[in-house]
Amino acid sequence: MTPTDHAQRLQTRTAWLFVAPLLVILFAVAIWPLARTIFFAFTDAYLDDPANYGFVGFSNFVTVWEDTIFWRAVSNTLIFTVVSVAIETVLGLAIALLLHRAFFGRGLVRAAILVPWAMPMVVSTRIWDWMLNDQFGLINRILIDLGIIAKGIAWTADPTLLLGVVIFIDVWVTTPFMVLLILAGLQLIPEDLYEAAEISGVPPWKCFWSITLPLVAPAIGVAMLFRTLDALRMFDLSYVLAANNTNTMTMSIYARDQLISFQDLGVGSAASTWVFLIIGFIAILLVGLLRLDRSQH
Amino acid sequence: MAKRYSNATYRLIRRLKAAGLYAAVALVLVYILFPYYWAIVTSTKSAQAIYGFSLLPSLDFSNYAQLFTNRVFMGALVNSIAVAFASTLIALVIGVLAAYGFGRLHFSAGRYLLIAVLMISVLPQVAVLSGMFEVIGWLRLYNSSGALVVSYLILTLPFTTWILTSFIRDLPVELEEAALIDGCSRLRILTHVLLPLMWPAIASTGLLAFILSWNEFLFALTFILTDENRTVPVAIGLLTGSSRYEVPYGLVMAASVTVTLPLLVLVLIFQRKIVAGLTTGAVKG
Repeated sequence: MTPTDHAQRLQTRTAWLFVAPLLVILFAVAIWPLARTIFFAFTDAYLDDPANYGFVGFSNFVTVWEDTIFWRAVSNTLIFTVVSVAIETVLGLAIALLLHRAFFGRGLVRAAILVPWAMPMVVSTRIWDWMLNDQFGLINRILIDLGIIAKGIAWTADPTLLLGVVIFIDVWVTTPFMVLLILAGLQLIPEDLYEAAEISGVPPWKCFWSITLPLVAPAIGVAMLFRTLDALRMFDLSYVLAANNTNTMTMSIYARDQLISFQDLGVGSAASTWVFLIIGFIAILLVGLLRLDRSQH
Repeated sequence: MAKRYSNATYRLIRRLKAAGLYAAVALVLVYILFPYYWAIVTSTKSAQAIYGFSLLPSLDFSNYAQLFTNRVFMGALVNSIAVAFASTLIALVIGVLAAYGFGRLHFSAGRYLLIAVLMISVLPQVAVLSGMFEVIGWLRLYNSSGALVVSYLILTLPFTTWILTSFIRDLPVELEEAALIDGCSRLRILTHVLLPLMWPAIASTGLLAFILSWNEFLFALTFILTDENRTVPVAIGLLTGSSRYEVPYGLVMAASVTVTLPLLVLVLIFQRKIVAGLTTGAVKG
């Protein structure tokens, strides 16, 4: 054995020692609970006595699959995710382009956009719930004063508006995250590209389409991936605004409801496993798309 | 063919452009900040004044007086502070150790493990809910703050590990080579050579992990059964009046401001520290 071999083996052993505590804890709080959730999905256990169970095959998965409320939750979640991520991306790009320009007080404004992002979702939800109150909410008052509506709209009570309100609040909360990631991408674009374009008389909109957008696209792609995966598991916003109202119920609320409200560990775990599989499938799809896009450049 | 304008016209165009820029920035600021401002204004209004639409705070602190004598809320505040501190501290210590292993010591499995850690961070919380219930039962932590300290590690640990790893990778290797030749152990290098340089990164990572724990809702709602063990997000979420249609908005807004303001101040303070830490970074000589 050569000395370098020995050194490499020693380093490998030391490395494992350094990461061992992380691996042990993540096994205990992530891998094992995930495995047990999938395990319980095949049993008829109840939450009050999980040690007492029998195996029931795939019947819990079928129960969830045949529940129309589950599909309602899936469609709510998908609509919420697609619409809110799309709006956040466009709005985030617009605000990032604005904040990328030089103006007096830019540092302060960049700090200010952290405000909605650092707040608990519960707090944001309750603030907007108050602002959108049908009788005493500021939004209705402004709309009435402007003559746009005649009497207050029941934003948070009207079932047809509820999902839209959820999307609206989510856009307010998470657009700053998009802005920060896109802004970081914009700062990587070399300034001389724009100088060259200006000298050759390229119009600004063409600069945007041919320089800014293609070069910032990887940053936008990564930001959209993380936002999508985050939106798919959304729980708190819908729950605080409307509890388990079927108009805004997400997949996470459905799964937790089966588990906690009905104490049904088997069906609840099957619902959780479905959520895991759906999000996992979408994640693989999106990462694949991003890779494909990268390899073309 | 480009049109030619007089100097005065150019100046006018430039001024209009600047005015447009500032108007757009003002619009963004109103959109971002006004709801929080409105929460502050509402929290300082008396129960009657709340239904008026005055845009200025009325400096009536009865909501805060009521809040600070509310035992459930004050208890929740103490619980939240304890849980967030404990979870952040553990996530930082374990995260720094792991970050050194991933960032500095080359081993073939490291890359795959790091990707696995990233995948855990996008795992939906409900996917581990049943199993986590069982783990917490085994540890006899159900309905206690300990349940949250343990379960929050799934949120904070991947996050601290990932950020600190990329930070350690950016530190120059020369720093530790001298110490290594002198026969220093790896752990000593980490604690005596790297750690003093890492504190800005640790402070900002710690703040972000703290915010993650402070704001968490799903586990806190599920693993805590009784009011005296609740954390603030759940306490605020469940804060209602005598009926569902009689929400004490003044009180809710006072609670919202109380749990957010200290964090916002910290975020603004630490933002400067992060920037300062990154600019003074680089090794000299």
